[in-house]
Amino acid sequence: MAYLDHAATTPMLPQALDVYVRTARSLGNASSLHGSGRTARRTVEEARERVAEALGAKPGEVIFTGSGTEADNLAVKGVHWARRTEGRNRVVTTAIEHHAVADAVAWLGDHEKADVTELRVDKIGRVDTAEVAALLDERAAEITVITCMWANNEVGTLQPVAEIAALAESHGVPVHTDAVQAVGHVPVDFAASGAAALTLSGHKLGGPTGTGALLLRRDVTAVPLLHGGGQEREIRSGTLDVPGIAALAEAVAHAVRTQETESKRLAALRDDLVARVRRAVPDAVYNGDPEHRLPGNAHLSFPGCEGDALLMLLDAAGVECATGSACSAGIAQPSHVLLAMGADPDDARSSLRFTLGWPTTKADVDALVAAIPEAVRRAKTAGLT
Amino acid sequence: MRVLAAMSGGVDSAVAAARAVEAGHDVTGVHLALSKNPQTYRTGARGCCTIEDSRDARRAADVIGIPFYVWDMAERFHEDVVENFYDEYANGRTPNPCLRCNEKIKFAAVLDRAMALGFDAVATGHYARKGEDGLLRRAVDPGKDQSYVLAVLTPAQLAHSMFPLGDTPKDQVRIEAEERGLAVARKPDSHDICFIADGDTAGFLKNRLGSATGDIVDSATGEVLGSHDGSHQFTVGQRHGLGLKRPAADGRPRYVLSITPVDNRVEVGPREALRVDRIRTGAPVWLAPERTGAFDAEIQLRAHGEVYPATVAVEDGGLTARLHKPAYGVAAGQALVVYDPDAGQGDAVLASGTIDTADRATDGAAEPLAAARA
Repeated sequence: MAYLDHAATTPMLPQALDVYVRTARSLGNASSLHGSGRTARRTVEEARERVAEALGAKPGEVIFTGSGTEADNLAVKGVHWARRTEGRNRVVTTAIEHHAVADAVAWLGDHEKADVTELRVDKIGRVDTAEVAALLDERAAEITVITCMWANNEVGTLQPVAEIAALAESHGVPVHTDAVQAVGHVPVDFAASGAAALTLSGHKLGGPTGTGALLLRRDVTAVPLLHGGGQEREIRSGTLDVPGIAALAEAVAHAVRTQETESKRLAALRDDLVARVRRAVPDAVYNGDPEHRLPGNAHLSFPGCEGDALLMLLDAAGVECATGSACSAGIAQPSHVLLAMGADPDDARSSLRFTLGWPTTKADVDALVAAIPEAVRRAKTAGLT
Repeated sequence: MRVLAAMSGGVDSAVAAARAVEAGHDVTGVHLALSKNPQTYRTGARGCCTIEDSRDARRAADVIGIPFYVWDMAERFHEDVVENFYDEYANGRTPNPCLRCNEKIKFAAVLDRAMALGFDAVATGHYARKGEDGLLRRAVDPGKDQSYVLAVLTPAQLAHSMFPLGDTPKDQVRIEAEERGLAVARKPDSHDICFIADGDTAGFLKNRLGSATGDIVDSATGEVLGSHDGSHQFTVGQRHGLGLKRPAADGRPRYVLSITPVDNRVEVGPREALRVDRIRTGAPVWLAPERTGAFDAEIQLRAHGEVYPATVAVEDGGLTARLHKPAYGVAAGQALVVYDPDAGQGDAVLASGTIDTADRATDGAAEPLAAARA
């Protein structure tokens, strides 16, 4: 079986799994005052320091959460709520955010009467910094938070987060960035980025599912989503998941340490994949930014085919990938990312996302290249019904 | 064979899929999503297109051990089934949406797509049999027989269809589901129209077709007996819900006899006036070799409805059935299905056609051909 859906989830790194299992065997609530509690607390704080060091943050800026989605919600809603005042009620987002951000923003608009500005993207899925600059010049005083992802989860395009943060900084507007797809895959330095908040997720980089973190500058306040024991700077209550946090830190440290060599390896495999698929299916279209993109991401449209049909045929042939479209009750909707990039709905439905990860080898690419011609032939016959 | 099992989330299609696997086929389960916004259709666990039904289908596929996907058929379903449903009522007819769904979706759009994607057949949980001769036959369980709603299939569609439950009574299917560990074993049967969430067909139609006050008229005297707020809410043969304050002179119940949408007029009268013995249809679909002359057969006029002996002939491009015993309350828009009686292998479907008119051609009933010849 060739697994080419690492952006959905990637297997735990063996060393992260070891840390998890070892830590899960030991007793202790990190908030307890006795010896077991102190041991657990020490594990958590060492993990916090490791994550901070790997990502150019201070330990005190690391807030562990239960997922990337939770961290995104905490940043967007929490910072909006904290900064909302008379005359300042606007959230700025992009047209291509993951649902964890997009739906949180939409909820603020629908239920909290927030004003929402959505930044457009160009044909390769990149936000235009000139639009951000113009918006800030005009409305900076109205804006509570700007949220712009680091790298798009569907088409892989990297966003000019540092430029946006620099522009916002001069107006005193905090910027949140969903870096779930970026951390461990491209260089990420929190301090250097200028962002006020940054989301990461464990299971996208070899850590456990159910772990995530928000890096949050100390001078930025976020109103908590969860109230309770007051853990994590009283911003995120809930008993700390000691083994999860330890394994997350192990995975982050490893992924960041090996990022440079691994990204070269994956980009080479990815380029090979794209070249060979396009040779096999000459009318296939490579989407996203051809250069500034995630190393493990290949996003292709197959005109005349339905993504769902291709996925099923490839699945039957032992190749696992994604259509890159959001699911509502199992019904595929055309991807909002591709629509924002100007694709028509049929083109948007004809695309597949192949994402490579640490276990990916040439054999996986070979399996895809072997299976794709027949899958495309059949899917074309079935058409876009 | 590579078989695509259409899984509604109910017990029948789950057992059908399991049986297809057991018969040695390479089976893939597919749930058909029929609404872009599933909550707008059925709530509760009786229908065939809720999120819950999709999940039930997925769990059944897990237990059976087959791959499972959701296919989005919402647009096609809306165009071919829901819109047709509105149109038919707006024209004073009474459609059967399950039959349209089989004709346009399950054994057309889905089957076509399946064939294009490399499948050889579509399996469903319908209760019907396919004979050795390739004919569509009634199921063993007379109470569950669904050959009527399948009679719109063409021979080519039928050739690529599988009905693994046709030889089994429903209660056996439930027991089998239980034995197979399928959680849907005790899920109630669906009865109503899946896209009308609350079962309120009149309300559903009113929503789209609007309300307009019209007369309810006595067919014999022409007297206006009452009013209604939209002729599309009535079906020929309907007795309840007329809202007439005054009883008939003879004290007997009144029935809807005819609906004239152009005038928004509903005529009512006694049951005798519903009596018909001649029924004409639009162009027939033949599931058996086409017949030219008149022939004796049995006909069925609604799902799970009564069976009538009749003499059937092809006239003016449609079927004309002369009934040997009268029928009451035959609604245009329903299907007339012609069966060749066969107690041994199950009655075989010969042809079907959509009913256009039903009337009284003779004072008595028509005689069978055999009797006429004698």
